[in-house]
Amino acid sequence: MMESEYGLSEKFTIKGGDFSRAGAISTKVKKILQELGIPPQIITRTAISSYEAEMNMVMYAKEATLTLNLTPEAIHIKINDKGPGIEDISLAMKEGFSTATPKMREMGFGAGMGLPNIKKNADKFELSSVLGEGTTYNIYLYLDGNK
Amino acid sequence: MNLREIKEVLQAEVLCGENSLDVEIQFAGGSDLMSDVLAFGKPGILLLTGLTNSQSVRTASIIDASGIVYVRGKKPDEDGKKLAKEMGIPLLSTQYMMFEACGILYNKGIPGVSKLRE
Repeated sequence: MMESEYGLSEKFTIKGGDFSRAGAISTKVKKILQELGIPPQIITRTAISSYEAEMNMVMYAKEATLTLNLTPEAIHIKINDKGPGIEDISLAMKEGFSTATPKMREMGFGAGMGLPNIKKNADKFELSSVLGEGTTYNIYLYLDGNK
Repeated sequence: MNLREIKEVLQAEVLCGENSLDVEIQFAGGSDLMSDVLAFGKPGILLLTGLTNSQSVRTASIIDASGIVYVRGKKPDEDGKKLAKEMGIPLLSTQYMMFEACGILYNKGIPGVSKLRE
């Protein structure tokens, strides 16, 4: 973990297909924020966003990195994956649209709620993708509480 | 109503968290879809679910649920149980179906999430 007067930055690796560990990184992120004394409502929203994104990595990507950056103003979660990419981002953002397999649905996910859930919980959510290469998530939550 | 009373009315078995049964339950919600739980759940919720893999426990932990009741006689897998112990989340299992278990608790005065909204 790197700590400075500007905050903190920590990077995690997520393995695609590793369902048994799915959610472990978001639990760590939550714990870090709790230890730093971030307000509970902001932690819950961050943890939900991070967990939905992490599930997407486990379900779709080969591998991914999740970087938690904390500044005095905001929590920023950046995720880069190597994976299939998203063909149509505006379609993927629609509630109920899903490309999930039965295996994913067995895990209680894959109902086309993940990306909309992230958007709902984050203050700012940027998603970009290159088909056949990967997807990048930038999730921001502002610490002044103004969503 | 606390978890001990909920255990009684649902004739449930306590799978872990025997020492946390005094926790007061203010509201509950039932779903097998974890994305719905993440979308509509609130901290403190008692989660009723039929999903038995570790994602049920992981989801409960992310939203700070008070506990999980597995319906239809289901029980979590070993990974889920281990995780719940680590996270300190009480787990119960009832033979009642989802609809019945929810109905019994609602009838006893446990509201759903929508009642909490202003």
